[in-house]
Amino acid sequence: MTDSVERPRRVLRLYVAGHNAAAQRARENRLRLLAASHAIAEIEVVDVLEQPGLAEAAGILATPTLSDETRHPPRRIVGDLSDHARVLSFLAIRSEEEKR
Amino acid sequence: MSGPGPLITPTLERVQTGVEAFDELVMGGLPRGRTTVVGGTPGSGKTVFATQFLAHGIAHDDEAGVFVTFEESPADIEANLSGFGWDLAGWREAGRLAFVDASPNDSDEMVVGDFDLSALLARVLHAVDAVGAKRVVLDSLAQLFDHFIADQTLVRRELFRISSALKQAGLTVLMTAERNSEYGEITRHRFEEFVADSVVILRNVLGRERRRRTIEVLKMRGSRHVEGEAPFTMLAGRGIVAVPLSSLRLEQHSSSKRVTSGNAELDAMCGGGFFRDSVTLVSGATGTGKTLLVTNYLAGGVKAGERALLMGFEESRGQLFRNAGSWGVDLEAMEAQGSLKVVCLYPEAQSLPDHLLTIQGLIEEFGPDRIAVDSLSALERIAPESGFREFLISLTSYIKKHEIAALCTATSKSLVGGQSASEQHISTLTDSIILLRYVQQQHAMNRGLMILKMRGSEHSKDIREFAIDGQGMHLGVAVSSAPNVFGDPAQDDPGPASS
Repeated sequence: MTDSVERPRRVLRLYVAGHNAAAQRARENRLRLLAASHAIAEIEVVDVLEQPGLAEAAGILATPTLSDETRHPPRRIVGDLSDHARVLSFLAIRSEEEKR
Repeated sequence: MSGPGPLITPTLERVQTGVEAFDELVMGGLPRGRTTVVGGTPGSGKTVFATQFLAHGIAHDDEAGVFVTFEESPADIEANLSGFGWDLAGWREAGRLAFVDASPNDSDEMVVGDFDLSALLARVLHAVDAVGAKRVVLDSLAQLFDHFIADQTLVRRELFRISSALKQAGLTVLMTAERNSEYGEITRHRFEEFVADSVVILRNVLGRERRRRTIEVLKMRGSRHVEGEAPFTMLAGRGIVAVPLSSLRLEQHSSSKRVTSGNAELDAMCGGGFFRDSVTLVSGATGTGKTLLVTNYLAGGVKAGERALLMGFEESRGQLFRNAGSWGVDLEAMEAQGSLKVVCLYPEAQSLPDHLLTIQGLIEEFGPDRIAVDSLSALERIAPESGFREFLISLTSYIKKHEIAALCTATSKSLVGGQSASEQHISTLTDSIILLRYVQQQHAMNRGLMILKMRGSEHSKDIREFAIDGQGMHLGVAVSSAPNVFGDPAQDDPGPASS
């Protein structure tokens, strides 16, 4: 696949379960991460209680899980994303490798 | 039920597993709406047991199922278990079975911070809804613990939550768990204490260079069950087949009808022949005439219009036919005419439970009136003592239940007197015992026959000399002064040696 002039936005998925405490924290952290990632990525939220079929298709067991399914193999972080540094490094690695 | 606390209903509704004899052990099946943990070492048959539970529901009870697999992929499971006669792929396509594929997938994953397993639970409930499942299998949870290796407490907590949710949905759940050793802690990750209403253990023990598989119900909350290990085997086309022991009740009614032993003189000694539904043991050293007695027994039955089955574990068909020919009996002709069936097997060819099932299968297929087993001693050498005892109990009760007359032989180790282990085991299980011994008299070694016991009948107490010639066995006069070579097999101590 060739890179066009415009850098394609990576769409990540954040799987959460409804609005329990961990889901709330993950949703809040998502917003901060989006701000910090300089719009490299979009993170869409999937509520596994409403869309269990998507979790089945992706083979997700744990929530919250942040998953980059555009990569092979998919790259995933399980947890509420409170550790911004590690999540960002996860994203940074991605953007580094993207330039290959 | 709207009571304040969970009440134990006097009779919990049962869900059949399809492992017939196992269902008997647990009073009809696993309690409906509850969680059972099945533990076992690798290769003990957990996945087969779990799949049979689902397959039986789908094929016989019109209950759809969900298979949550943590180890193998659904495609592998469908392929691996098709040999047991379960059309998992067909059921999946027909919407009777759904898989939740939680097997290790190709992904780069790291765990940072707190999480739960809501996604797994949501997927299971989603699959349950999709097919209207009543039964759920989770196989095997060890893999889930390994997946989140740093968060064992959390996994345990989440499992409890998942099993509660499944129970609330009225599902009957079977979870499999790894064990490290056959007689150690119940499961490796010890989650059964949190989630299980019932615990079943599958064992696969190596003894005398042979595998012995057993199933044991360790606990069953709010319900009775039979205790102890029951042997089982796994058969192509059938899955797990357990061999019940304790569920066999002594309810066979006794017949007073007599059938011939095949030897008129022996019939006379027995007070008119063997009983229709009795098991007779013939014990003797090598060469004393056990196989001859068996041959007469078969021929006598066939002559009286009965169907006879011979299970040979010592000699080949050719040898048996030739021996019989030398005593004037044409077994081959009887078999050709359809009233006799001779099956010869190497004892080592299969395990004892498999032998038992083979014999049961032959009895069902051929429908004999009498059966001979030559010899039990040959079977005894392939199994540990406890396994052999279980085999004998199952065999004799099966034979009697079908009202078949049986003659079994056992080889004594010593030439004169003594007893073998099988005699000790079987002496209480058999109705009659006939001893064949070498008897030294003056300067000759003769053969002697004695009826040691005959349940429910008078019998001759004489020790009779006998001779063997081209016409078979001929009983002679009573031996007046035999040395003590007959002993008493009913006792453990063979008694003082003869003078």
